Amino acid sequence: MTHRLKKLLLGEQGLVVIFIVAFALVSALVPNFLTDRNMLGLLQSVVTVGIVACTMMFCLAARDFDLSVGSIVAFAGMVAVMASNYTGSILLGLLAAIACGAFVGFINGVVIAKFRINALITTLATMQIVRGLALIASDGRAVGINSPDFYQLALSKLLGIPTPIWILALLFGIFGFVLNRTVFGKNTLAIGGNPEASRLAGVNVDRTRIWIFALQGVVCGIAGILLASRITSGQPNAAVGLELSVISACVLGGVSLAGGRATMSGVIVGVLIMGIAENAMNLLNIPAFYQYIVRGVILLLAVLLDNLRSSALGRR
Amino acid sequence: MSFLDFSRITKTYPGVKALSDVSFGVDKGAVHGLMGENGAGKSTLIKILSGDQHADDGEIRIDGKVQAYASTRDAFDNGVIVIHQELQLVPELTVAENLSLGRFPASAGIIAGRRMLDDVGAKLKSAGIDIDMRRKVKTLSIGERQMVEIAKAIMLDARVIALDEPTSSLSSRESEILFSLIDRLRGEGKVIIYVSHRLDEVFRLCDSLTVLRDGKLAAHHASLKGVTRDQVVAEMVGREISDIWGFRPRKSGDIRLKVDTVSGAKLKTPASFEARAGEIVGFFGLIGAGRSELMRLVFGADHRSGGTITVDGKVVGATDPHDAIRAGIVLCSEDRKHDGIIQGRSIEENINISSRRHHARFGVLNRASEIETAETFIKKLKVRTPSRKQDIINLSGGNQQKVILGRWLSEQGVRVLIVDEPTRGIDVGAKSEIYELLYQLAEDGMAIIVVSSELPEVMGICDRILVMCGGRISAELVRDQFAEKAILAAALPDKKTPDAIAS
Repeated sequence: MTHRLKKLLLGEQGLVVIFIVAFALVSALVPNFLTDRNMLGLLQSVVTVGIVACTMMFCLAARDFDLSVGSIVAFAGMVAVMASNYTGSILLGLLAAIACGAFVGFINGVVIAKFRINALITTLATMQIVRGLALIASDGRAVGINSPDFYQLALSKLLGIPTPIWILALLFGIFGFVLNRTVFGKNTLAIGGNPEASRLAGVNVDRTRIWIFALQGVVCGIAGILLASRITSGQPNAAVGLELSVISACVLGGVSLAGGRATMSGVIVGVLIMGIAENAMNLLNIPAFYQYIVRGVILLLAVLLDNLRSSALGRR
Repeated sequence: MSFLDFSRITKTYPGVKALSDVSFGVDKGAVHGLMGENGAGKSTLIKILSGDQHADDGEIRIDGKVQAYASTRDAFDNGVIVIHQELQLVPELTVAENLSLGRFPASAGIIAGRRMLDDVGAKLKSAGIDIDMRRKVKTLSIGERQMVEIAKAIMLDARVIALDEPTSSLSSRESEILFSLIDRLRGEGKVIIYVSHRLDEVFRLCDSLTVLRDGKLAAHHASLKGVTRDQVVAEMVGREISDIWGFRPRKSGDIRLKVDTVSGAKLKTPASFEARAGEIVGFFGLIGAGRSELMRLVFGADHRSGGTITVDGKVVGATDPHDAIRAGIVLCSEDRKHDGIIQGRSIEENINISSRRHHARFGVLNRASEIETAETFIKKLKVRTPSRKQDIINLSGGNQQKVILGRWLSEQGVRVLIVDEPTRGIDVGAKSEIYELLYQLAEDGMAIIVVSSELPEVMGICDRILVMCGGRISAELVRDQFAEKAILAAALPDKKTPDAIAS
């Protein structure tokens, strides 16, 4: 009995099993948790983290790191609002936001891949530069959205489910496919497994890494637009600390910080576990200060479990 | 009963029975050889001895007492020390510090430097090891580091010392020093387990010998008197191997690869050579002669600062591995672990990493054809594995090498195959398989370049040998001119004599 339980928990799908158990427990124990309204609220609360986690997964899988995501999200949101206010065209605003995100990501990628600067340092620098740009552009104040159509991005629904959740699901699907079924995805995992061997096997390592960061920028742009639409303004101080939540969700989902190991299903579960924990604590009226502790403990437990699983599989 | 006894050791990994029912004993003051092909179970047995892994069944006894170690540290404390192929020293610390690590003579946390040097110095002197204790380990040669590892074992008053392929990266001179050290340890009544692929060494050093095959005890010789090399090879492989080279002559065609005055940061003197279709060209030289450096330039692994490379008359423009691969040049690096395998990924992915662009349309992979490719090469190259999904790190060295060869053979249109130390750390059986594969590829018209430090190997399988010395090509010999003396003379810098390294 205990042997089978161990096998189940430490097997490939151990995290999914734990997720299902946790979900069932929370549903049974926390009042008002398993309602349509709360479920949609929960999903909406993880949209930003979930979207950014898609590409953070690639970043970590390639042994890289991106701390600048929170700043890019805020900056892209600012750009979207300001550009659409200025030009009067929402579409132009959105394109500008995505272009800015892609540009910052591209710069990250070039500095890291071509100039061989440590990713942690590079993105620590761009994190501050980009946050500074967002603050300068708005003079430190929130910028309101002129056109009500912009709000509709976050408010509109399809089949009763808000658009941002559809976008999140779509991105999960796309990046799951990209990771497992494309040359780009497999090369990413190979680079994380052994960068030098990948280069000598003919993988264009530099180009792949630049692409990863540029994609990360694009995705942060999308997340920034949706966030701005939801909070009806461009906020230069939005998404502070987002990078840590996103990396936590990825690690929770079994993505190895040493590179070479990542699954989309794991990351989805990681994102949802973080969302459920926060949601349940809100429903139970647990004060925000305690929530930090709970989140930290969950992360530590997940990493410990992952460690147990690795040694159970005989890997080192 | 012997001093060290292995009794009915059994160990199973998922999908593989690594050891089954292995029993043998070793006496005090004996050097005991442990031989077997890759995957025969030597490393597993050593890991169990060192407390790194636990046997599923059976026990180890030392001096009649059953040993059960929770960890390598535990084994350490019981006087069992394993010296691995990858050495476990801290590069930034000095020799003396490394040797005192974990047991620094200190008062109130402050290291008594003088006392440390005295203690270590006395031990080193009594062991006859001549190394400056104040040097940082990172400045030592691999051979010297090996000495430090052994010194560590002596410092700890080890009763059992196991050496896992200790000479695989040593020069002949360094090996000699190691051997005399081992002789001394034998004299002091230690038990020494000597794991090696090299028959010469085993016959020279060992008093007794155990041969493992497929996780089982294939033979145990309490004494090596009257035991022949052929017999041991047959025991390892399970069949007789008459001629491990199996050379067969073939016709060579037009010039495939032309390397003209190529140079780079690590190869100052421009080098030029050619290889024909269907030809196997050997590159022999001492470690540091510039062979690997030259090949890395040809493959674009390092930046080329001058010279041109042409394949079938077409100039290879840029200098990056992926350009070289597209031009038909591939390289199996000498350092498999660092430059070859992608740890943590499956055999399938390791095979397909380079060729998968041929299976993809708009970047989207064709899974069926990837799986088929992987299965084809696993079968063709006889990779021993339960499944294509197995993590490559779980394979033995020989099987990893086959996977990497599979990676290149699955590339379409390879014209020049460069293999750098293709059989290092690989057993006799797999060696023959690899040579046979090279002959087949040459017969199909590939130009093959073999870089090797083993003279018998280059003489055995190549049509032509280029000798390098001090960063330049110093001699060229065709097969009917092959002579050990001449090749060695060309490989050695002026002062040394051939006999100094021929052994």
